[in-house]
Amino acid sequence: MSTHKLHNIGRRLAPWALPVALLALWQGAVVAGWLSTRILPAPSAVIEAGWALLSSGEIWTHLAISGQRAAIGFAIGGGIGLLLGFITGLSNWGERFLDSSVQMIRNVPHLALIPLVILWFGIDEAAKIFLVALGTLFPIYLNTYHGIRNVDPALVEMARSYGLKGFALFWQVILPGALPSILVGVRFALGFMWLTLIVAETISASSGIGYLAMNAREFLQTDVVVLAILLYAVLGKLADVAARLLERAWLRWHPAYQAKAGAQ
Amino acid sequence: MTALHSIRQGRPLGGTPLDGIPLAIEGIRKAFGEREVLKSIDLHIPAGQFVAVVGRSGCGKSTLLRLLAGLDAPSGGQLLAGNGPLAAAREDTRLMFQDSRLLPWKRVIDNVGLGLSGEWRPRAREALAAVGLADRAHEWPAALSGGQKQRVALARALIHQPRLLLLDEPLGALDALTRIEMQQLIEGLWQQHGFTVLLVTHDVAEAVAIADRVILIEDGEIGLDLAVDLPRPRHRGSARLAALEAEVLDRVLALPATPPQPEPVSPLPTQLRWAL
Repeated sequence: MSTHKLHNIGRRLAPWALPVALLALWQGAVVAGWLSTRILPAPSAVIEAGWALLSSGEIWTHLAISGQRAAIGFAIGGGIGLLLGFITGLSNWGERFLDSSVQMIRNVPHLALIPLVILWFGIDEAAKIFLVALGTLFPIYLNTYHGIRNVDPALVEMARSYGLKGFALFWQVILPGALPSILVGVRFALGFMWLTLIVAETISASSGIGYLAMNAREFLQTDVVVLAILLYAVLGKLADVAARLLERAWLRWHPAYQAKAGAQ
Repeated sequence: MTALHSIRQGRPLGGTPLDGIPLAIEGIRKAFGEREVLKSIDLHIPAGQFVAVVGRSGCGKSTLLRLLAGLDAPSGGQLLAGNGPLAAAREDTRLMFQDSRLLPWKRVIDNVGLGLSGEWRPRAREALAAVGLADRAHEWPAALSGGQKQRVALARALIHQPRLLLLDEPLGALDALTRIEMQQLIEGLWQQHGFTVLLVTHDVAEAVAIADRVILIEDGEIGLDLAVDLPRPRHRGSARLAALEAEVLDRVLALPATPPQPEPVSPLPTQLRWAL
């Protein structure tokens, strides 16, 4: 009985063995002096830096400002992308009029616009929000457009023959049919959101996680730099979890998203 | 089996009992480009008759049904319901497709209530009970078998109290036993409600077992119009049914098969555009 339990615990812990061993090795290497703290700080130093920033409360202001920039930029870019996707997906004229222009702009790497954006907005909040919005617009636009165009025409025909049209047809048939694709776009956009924000904040900012990292670099505080990188990783993971929860909630009907317990 | 009776009472029709639509198909033609799928079909169907339409694949039988359902427009001729055009009776016409076409993101009961407003839930529950699926009302369509999905599609059509029910090979994809069950279900509901039925099928045995009248379409024309005046309930495998089945089959096989041609309907997804 107890050996069985031990075996079970061992199985649970197995995936953590390698990361823990690597961290121990890393810590050991720094303590033994094989690895300069100017190249990489000890994991314990990163934790200490994190604790210091946490207890001074400084980390929260940076997290809040970065989160705010990400959220506002995502809301603006995602909203415009969704709207444009609806227009081009639903109407022939919209597609003819808009799609090729949007595709052209999409092919410009949005980070290449940074010099221009700084000229336009300075190093203000608006510059970062603009870049994040631009980065999140296209993945959502593309997947919305694609999702709507790929809704099963047989279902649309059926719904029409049952008297659905206009907004009811859109809300009950076309939008739910396009939703799996739209949510793929959301996940891509969340990735672009953090990527854009990291670049924008390291280039020009006076607050935020990117600023924290760049400021620490000036003072050779590698522990804070590593901490900032870890924070980005955690935020990215959180965004991914949020997207998963959305999929779980909105695609409950989809066999691929149903929990093992099955539909109730 | 009284479930659907009470549904009907919910309908404000001034007490007049609903009955089938008498159908007149006059000189109907349909061409897709160069290819003429239907060449001048003339057919009169009295109210409440159960008609089966059989024929080889590609003979135009599904096209005829799509014209009746208003999904395609005829190239010539007219469709009449009683005295008026059939288009005016669109609300009284329901089509059941070969695939169930349930919306996967709506629960079973919400699929049945598609396009309804107001207090439709009790009626949807009754319609589901009439097809024997009352206990599955809150499941996702993905959890149902093929036969159960078709039952839901049938409930979805029946809740509108159609006076003309168009069935486009709805049982084609089902296994033999489920198929017989569904035939009996459809026959029972038809006897109860008296709507006019047009059943397109490739199964001649099914056609003679269930219909009042079997129409054979060959090369876009009516090749055979056979009355099946056998009393119901019909005994499957009886000699009379077998003889009728043989008669139709002989006729179908008498003509050499036309070389298969590409399906004229079903537009590609990219060709379909929605104007909202």
